[in-house]
Amino acid sequence: MTEAPFDVKTLEIDGRELSARRGQTILEVARENDINIPTLCNMEGLSNVGACRLCLVEIKGSNKLLPACVATVSEGMVVSTNTERLQKHRRNILELLFAERNHVCSVCVSNGHCELQSMAQDQGLTHVRMPYRNPHLPVDASHERFTVDHNRCILCTRCVRVCGEIEGAHVWDVMGRGIDSMVITDLHEDWGKSTCTRCGKCVQVCPTGALFDKSKIGSDHPKYPDFLPYLNLMREAR
Amino acid sequence: MTIEELEQIAKTVQLENSRYDYEVNVCMDLACASQGAGLLRDALSRLAEASGKKVLIRKTGCMGPCSSGPLVRVDPDDTLYAKVKETNAEAIINSLGEKPVAELQCDLNEHFDKQVRVVLENAGHIDPEKIDDYISRDGYKALLTALTEMTPNGVVHRITESGLRGRGGGGYPTGLKWGTVAKASGDVKYVVCNGDEGDPGAFMDRSVMEGDPHRVIEGMAIAAYAVGASKGFIYVRAEYPVAVARLTTALREARRRGLLGSGICNTTFNFDIEIRLGAGAFVCGEETALLASIEGRRGTPKPRPPYPAVSGLWGKPTLINNVETYANIAPIVRNGGKWFFNMGSERSKGTKVFALTGRIKNTGLIEVPLGIKLWEIIDVIGGGVPGGHKLKAIQTGGPSGGCIPADMMSLGVSYDALMAAGSIMGSGGMIVMDDTSCMVNVARFFVEFCMTESCGKCIPCRAGTAQMYTLLTRICDGTGTMDDLELLIELCDTVRETSLCGLGQTAPNPVLSTLKYFKNEYLEHIMHKRCPAGVCSMAGAPAAQTAAAEVLA
Repeated sequence: MTEAPFDVKTLEIDGRELSARRGQTILEVARENDINIPTLCNMEGLSNVGACRLCLVEIKGSNKLLPACVATVSEGMVVSTNTERLQKHRRNILELLFAERNHVCSVCVSNGHCELQSMAQDQGLTHVRMPYRNPHLPVDASHERFTVDHNRCILCTRCVRVCGEIEGAHVWDVMGRGIDSMVITDLHEDWGKSTCTRCGKCVQVCPTGALFDKSKIGSDHPKYPDFLPYLNLMREAR
Repeated sequence: MTIEELEQIAKTVQLENSRYDYEVNVCMDLACASQGAGLLRDALSRLAEASGKKVLIRKTGCMGPCSSGPLVRVDPDDTLYAKVKETNAEAIINSLGEKPVAELQCDLNEHFDKQVRVVLENAGHIDPEKIDDYISRDGYKALLTALTEMTPNGVVHRITESGLRGRGGGGYPTGLKWGTVAKASGDVKYVVCNGDEGDPGAFMDRSVMEGDPHRVIEGMAIAAYAVGASKGFIYVRAEYPVAVARLTTALREARRRGLLGSGICNTTFNFDIEIRLGAGAFVCGEETALLASIEGRRGTPKPRPPYPAVSGLWGKPTLINNVETYANIAPIVRNGGKWFFNMGSERSKGTKVFALTGRIKNTGLIEVPLGIKLWEIIDVIGGGVPGGHKLKAIQTGGPSGGCIPADMMSLGVSYDALMAAGSIMGSGGMIVMDDTSCMVNVARFFVEFCMTESCGKCIPCRAGTAQMYTLLTRICDGTGTMDDLELLIELCDTVRETSLCGLGQTAPNPVLSTLKYFKNEYLEHIMHKRCPAGVCSMAGAPAAQTAAAEVLA
């Protein structure tokens, strides 16, 4: 198969004819054109892992659902981002997240500015039918500035990626397998005793109340993940 | 090394063997070894020496019918003895040159007659730790033929022509995969052998690696020549220490003979293989997770594309095939693609090794031409269900597969037919279940397996399998409701369609296939709080209800 001599692809997303550069992901093209595809693990400025599965989209002619964050565009592709089938799957995935750990919004530091909470509202998740698992998970407040509450963690691994890819410290990583997976600092040291550089990037990119700043009280915890694309831009400019 | 030299080695081995009047082959595969085959072999050696007869005692890989082990085969008469104990050694040695020991002889003719051995052609005939034994049975001839008489394209063409499909489970056409890697641009390419066999009840790859390791190495070397790779990795799970030891020995011997290394057989082709051990994660059998593990990272899958054929190990084009796929390569190169193409069914060519386990008389390793009917495997090769019980279902494909009910035994075994029946071919595990198995409990077992083996990366597999397990446990406990069943079905759909890798995508299969064929068992559990097979305890059901159900039953 030979590639077209030019680098522009045309495709259709939700009935709109759009153009894109070769190599762009479906998600990038959709966002450029104000088409909303829900994501949780994706974050502009970090590598994509395709783990949350919320950005799955339907491609005409294929029965397989593709993750928009990593699937690249191809000529003549017809993408649907919001079909009934996708909405059902998205609600189920969110429901799975709410039942997996202890997401009690009313007593969470991120109440009101939590990506998981907003996502549930956007996707119309009104109640959880699945049995709550209610695991016993620790809260590590050993760090002088930050706290990690594993009850709120959705394992999006943004903290792992920002620490490794942007800060270059690789303090965060994932421990355990399957349902017992957990983010850890160093080799499961207390965060306060770890090699953490105290930059706080992980806290800013955390979509929920799993990582938060100790100096703020109550639900006064807005996060500012927008620093990341800017930081990357400045680094490139240098 | 040249073809002539190979033939010379083969001749030397034959000459060596002709000094003996009898060959006593002792199966030293794990099943036989665990029943005392080691002691038996020592006794045989000792007594043979004392008797003054010219007897060659040889330890071999798996002969097949493990349930009849320890197995001993005496050549040249091809007499097979089953369940041989150390104390029988004297009788066997004494019988040499006379009548065989009748009480040890077993009638497994039917068991073997239906089988066609390609991958297992050497099983039970060679000492896996002796490269010369392998060479004496046409070993490495295919590699030398490929290197000296064929172009890489010619090799790919021959594999394509054979119609061989990946034996790891997916059934992707092997020739197509090789062609893709061969065409991929890049100076550095890798060849990887997937020996991370992890399905419960499956031991095909272990037996091949332990019983005939050179066959895998030869297949990989041919593959490397065909795709232009100079480095290979065999990824074996650490739970297979014997396989690792035999492969290590085999690699050393192959290097010593100049069949691996630089300038193989006086050509410009360089190739060597390294063994990498898996740490026991089932998901590392998934190719992208396997590659991550070889690279030294956490074994979690990555979204595809890019496929490993384009960007695999350290971003280089990588060919990944299963142990059994590589084991098929040498015979195909030797005998031609047409020869292989003529075996098997319409769209599934060749033979397949199955690990037959469960409620069946002859458990063990079998190799059958694809297209064979299930009943032939169960009733003829397997010898039927023992103890007067009735066959209920056959589970194929491990935790990714499904259960095929007893009334579908006329189904021909092929990738497509099994898929259509709601199961998969998988890597070759075949678990036979009789009327003492509860299908809900079976589904729960496999979902539990997937739950504990999920890597935890994507949400549907990590949390979805855990929820499915909870719901199935409720049903098995007698506390399940119809709402639970409905939710379970919905979850199966989401986990299947949205999971990142094959593990999650296929994890609902055991549930879906048992629901398809045995839905009334689920309903019995839920509506009447009763387990038809009497397996589930129904501990959670209200006592009165259980008692009532018992009276009604």
